[in-house]
Amino acid sequence: MKDYFTNNRNDLIFILVFIIFVLISYITKFDFGVRVFGNFKVSFLEMISYMPFIFILIGLFEAWVPREIIERHTGKESGVIGAVWVILLAMLQMGPLYFAFPVAYLLWKKGTSMINIYIYLGAFTTMKIPMLSFEIGYLGLKFSLLRTILALPLFIIISIIIDRIFGRDFKMNNPLNEKRK
Amino acid sequence: MKLLLIITLILLLFSLIFDRKKTFSALKIAWNLFINILPSFLTILILVTILLTLLPKEVLAGILGEKSGVFGFVVAAVLGSISLIPGFVAYPLSSVLLKNGASYPVIGVFITTLMMVGIVTLPLEKKFFGLKTALIRNVLSFIAAILIGLAIAFIWRIL
Repeated sequence: MKDYFTNNRNDLIFILVFIIFVLISYITKFDFGVRVFGNFKVSFLEMISYMPFIFILIGLFEAWVPREIIERHTGKESGVIGAVWVILLAMLQMGPLYFAFPVAYLLWKKGTSMINIYIYLGAFTTMKIPMLSFEIGYLGLKFSLLRTILALPLFIIISIIIDRIFGRDFKMNNPLNEKRK
Repeated sequence: MKLLLIITLILLLFSLIFDRKKTFSALKIAWNLFINILPSFLTILILVTILLTLLPKEVLAGILGEKSGVFGFVVAAVLGSISLIPGFVAYPLSSVLLKNGASYPVIGVFITTLMMVGIVTLPLEKKFFGLKTALIRNVLSFIAAILIGLAIAFIWRIL
C-alpha cells in the first residue's frame, strides 16, 4: 500500500488538486470548473463501466494460457514457421515495448534469426491479445481489425528491410547483464 | 461492447467451474492491473477533459478531424512518438477524442506510433540492438504508421 502511494505520488496529488478545484468551483459557482467536471463525469462513467470486465478477461487470459508450450518452439524453428511461433508468443504477452527487449534478447540467445526477432517486436507492439480486447472494447471491432491487418504485413516488411541492411553482423547486447558485473 | 461483457461473464463462469484457484488468481491479476492503471488513467482523463472544455469541438475536429489532412496526421504521429502512455489508458482516451471530433485514420496513426515508435525508450532500445538498428526501426515504424493511417482513411470510405 505504501509502495502504491510512492509509485503514483504525482498522479494522486494531481487527482486531489482536481477534486479540490471541482469542489471550490461548485461552491463559488465557477462556470468553467463546473463544466469541466460535467464533461469529466460523462467520460469517466462510460470508461469505468467497461474496465472491470476487460481486466477480468485479461486476468483469465493470463491465468489460463499456457505460454510455456509456445516458448518451447521459439528459437528452434526457423523461417516462416519460426515467424509464426514468435508472432503467437508476442500475441500472448502484455506490457509496453520495453518489456519486449529482454525477451527479444533471450530469443536471440536461443538462436532466433534477426528477421524473426523483429517480427516478434512488430507483433508485440501491434497484436497483443490483451491489448486487442481493450482496443475492440473502446474503439470497435472494425477499426481494430483493420489496424491489425494493415500492421501485420508492414512490420514483416520492416523486419525484412532491417535484416537486409544489418543481417550480416547482427548482435544483441543485454544491458541488464552488464550492470551486474 | 455488450458482447464483450457476455463473453467475459461466460468465461468467468467456466473458469470457476473448472478451477477455483486459477479463477481466484485471475481476479487478483485483474484487480492489480486495474488499481495500478487507475491513477494515470484518471490523470490523463482529467487533462483531456480540461483540454476538451477549453477547445470548442470545431477546433479539435480541425486539428484531428477528417478535414485536418496532413496536419492532423503529423500532430498525431508526433504525439504518439514522444509520449509513453500505456494502451490501457490510450484506448479509452482515443474513444473520448473520437466522440469529440477526431477521425479514425488520425487515431490509427496516433495508436500505431504510440505502440511502435518510442523516442523515450530509444536509449534503452539502443543498448539492446545498437544505435543504427534502433533508429532505423523507429523511422520505418513511423512511416508504417502514416501508411496505416492513409489506408484506414481510404478503406473507411469504401466499407
